[in-house]
Amino acid sequence: MSGSVLEVKNLHVSIEDKEILKGVDLTVKGGEFHAIMGPNGTGKSTLASAIMGHPKYEVTEGTITLDGEDVLEMEVDERARAGLFLAMQYPSEISGVTTSDFLRSAINAKREEGDEIPLMKFIKELDKDLDYLDIDQNMATRYLNEGFSGGEKKRNEILQLMQLKPDIAILDEIDSGLDIDALKVVSKGINKMRSDNFGCLIITHYQRLLNYITPDFVHVMMQGRVVKSGGPELAKRLEAEGYEWIKEELGIEDEETAEQNA
Amino acid sequence: MTVETKLPFNQEYIQAFSKDRNEPGWMATLRSKALEMADSLDMPKPDKTKISNWNFTDFQHSYKEAAKIASLDELPEELKAYFDKDASMENLYIQRNQTAAYNSLSQELQDKGVIFTDIFTAMNEHSELVEKYYMSDAVAVDQNRLTALHAALMNGGVFVYVPKNLQIEDPLQAIFWQEDTDSALLNHVLVVAEEGSSVTYVENYISHNDTEETVANLVTEVFAHDNAQVAYGAVDNFAAGTTTYVNRRGVAQRDAQINWALGQMNDGNTVSENITYLLGDNANSEAKAVSVGRGKQTQNFTSSIRQFGKETDAYILQRGVMKGGASTIFNAIGKIEHGATKSNSEQESRVLMLSEKSRGDANPILLIDEDDVTAGHAASVGRVDPLQMYYLMSRGLEQEEAERLVIHGFLAPVVSQIPIESVRKQLTQVIERKVY
Repeated sequence: MSGSVLEVKNLHVSIEDKEILKGVDLTVKGGEFHAIMGPNGTGKSTLASAIMGHPKYEVTEGTITLDGEDVLEMEVDERARAGLFLAMQYPSEISGVTTSDFLRSAINAKREEGDEIPLMKFIKELDKDLDYLDIDQNMATRYLNEGFSGGEKKRNEILQLMQLKPDIAILDEIDSGLDIDALKVVSKGINKMRSDNFGCLIITHYQRLLNYITPDFVHVMMQGRVVKSGGPELAKRLEAEGYEWIKEELGIEDEETAEQNA
Repeated sequence: MTVETKLPFNQEYIQAFSKDRNEPGWMATLRSKALEMADSLDMPKPDKTKISNWNFTDFQHSYKEAAKIASLDELPEELKAYFDKDASMENLYIQRNQTAAYNSLSQELQDKGVIFTDIFTAMNEHSELVEKYYMSDAVAVDQNRLTALHAALMNGGVFVYVPKNLQIEDPLQAIFWQEDTDSALLNHVLVVAEEGSSVTYVENYISHNDTEETVANLVTEVFAHDNAQVAYGAVDNFAAGTTTYVNRRGVAQRDAQINWALGQMNDGNTVSENITYLLGDNANSEAKAVSVGRGKQTQNFTSSIRQFGKETDAYILQRGVMKGGASTIFNAIGKIEHGATKSNSEQESRVLMLSEKSRGDANPILLIDEDDVTAGHAASVGRVDPLQMYYLMSRGLEQEEAERLVIHGFLAPVVSQIPIESVRKQLTQVIERKVY
C-alpha cells in the first residue's frame, strides 16, 4: 500500500477575526518530507494548528483533505485516528496522567475494541523507543509533560510520533530550544520514521534542523501564503542569504507581518 | 422534620437498647446524658450550606440481627471487589447492617496485644480502655445536636488498639455494609495508637438505598500518642437516599503523625468535617480528600488542622469534581495557635466543574495566632482546560476518554494515597461510575 495524501487548497484561517492564512496550497504525500520555512509571524504554526483542528483557529475558506476525506468535517480525535499527527510547539501538561498510561490509551484509541495492544508488547516497544531517543526510562512514569524541560517535551513529542506511527506528521518548530545533542537525537527519531507510508511536514524557523533531516521539498511562507517552493537547495540559499532576496524577487512589501506572531 | 421537633427516641428506648447490647454502666449513662442534651443543642452550621431542611433525625433505629458471614466467598461480587484477592486478608472486619458479621485478626497481631473488634465487644472486653477515649478528647458529645444524637444512639463501629512500639505492616480493613435499605447507621470508629506504634486502617461504607431515605451519623476518633503513626483511608459510598453527617477527628501527640486519605463518594446530601489537632511538638498531619458530586446532591466538606505544638506541619489537599446539578462547598481551615512557633500550614483546594448547572466553592482559610510560622494556600474552581483536551484528542483519544484522563489525573494526588490497592481500584471505579 502506498502512503496517504494530505491536500491543502486555498486555505484561509482566522484567529479572533484576524486573517492569518490567506490562501495556502500544499500537498504532502507518503514518502515525502516537506519543510516549511519563513520569517516569524507568517502563519507557519497557524497552518499546523488549522490542519489538526486547534479550537481557536477558524477556517473561513478552502479545503483540507486526507486521502480525499474532508478533514475539516472531522473532530480533532477523528483527524488523529484518520492518520494525522501534530508534534506541538507547546505541548500541554497533564497532571496525574503518566506518559506511559497516556501513550497506551492513545495507541488503543486507534485499535478496535478487543484488539488492545498487549501490555508486554507495549512496554517492550516503549522501552525500545525510549532508548533510541536517549530518554531516561523514568519519563514513562512521570506525569505527561509536567515539570519537563523544553528539551524533554520535544523528545516526548517525537516519542509519541514513533509510538503512534501516523501516516502524515506535522512537526511544529520541533527544533526550537534544543541544544545540538538533543537536535541530533530528535532528528534521528524523525529519520527513522522515513518510509513510503509516512509523509512529514516540518515547520522550522532555522535551517539547522535541515542539516540533519533532508527535506524533499522546501516551501517558503510569507504573509499567510506559500510564496516559493523548491528542493533542499532552497533551504541552503535561505541559510546563506536570508529572506530579503525572495521579497525582492516576488515584489513583496513588508506590511504588518511582524505583529502577526501566530 | 424541623430542628424544633422533639426527637423520636426516649430514655426508656435508649436504656433498653443499651441493656440489649450488654453495655457497661458508663456507656448507658453516656447515652442517657447525650439524649438529654440533644434536644437543646444546635445543629452543626456548615459554612455556606443550609441544612435546616435535611432529615438527620427521623429514621429507623430498631436492631435486627443480620446473618453472620461464614466465608468471604458468599459475599456479593460488588463487595468482594474491595478485597485484595492476592493478599491474605487476615485483618478484616465486616459489619452487615449493625451486626459484626465477620472479624479476623492474624494470630501474630493477637499475640502482640492488638485489638481489632466491633465496638460492642470492645466495650465489654476492654471497658476501661474504650471509656478513656470514647467521645471525650476528640469528638465531644455536646459539640452539636448530631454528635449528641450519635452518642445516644450509636449502633455500630469498630475499635482498633495498637500497643506501644508495635509497627503493623499489613493494613486493617473494615467494611460497613448497609445491606438493608431502611435502617440508620450511627457508626463509631475508635483508633488508638500507643507510643511509638504505627498502623494503617482503611474503611468502606456501602449502601444501596437509592430511593429509601435514611441517615448515616458517623464519628471517627483517632489518637496517635508520642511518635505514633496512623494512616487512615476511607471510601464513603452511601447511596442517594442516605443523608450523611460524618465527623472524623484526630489527636496527635509529640512527634506523632496522622494522615488521612478520604474518598467522599456519597450520592446523597453530606456534611463532612475532618479535624486534626496537632497537640504535641513536631506532630504532623496530611488531610487529603476527594469528592465527586452529581445529580442534585448538596455537600459540604471541611478539612481543618489545628496546630498547638511547636514545629508542627500541616497539609490539607482537597479535590472535587462537580457535574449535573451538584453543589459542593470545600472549606480548608489551617489554624496555628499562639505558641506553636516554627510551625507550617499549607493547603490546596481545587474544584473541577463539568457542567453549567453544578456549583462548586473552595474556601481557603488560614487563622494564625503566632508570628514565627510559615503558611501557604491555593484554591481554584475551573473547567477542563480546552487546550489539554485538544492536546489529548490530537493523539486520537475521544473526547470522553480525554476528559476521563484529565479527571483521573486531577484526582490522582488523593486517590494514590489510599493505602490498599484493591480499595484504590474500587475508588477509581466509583469515580468512573459517578463521572459517566
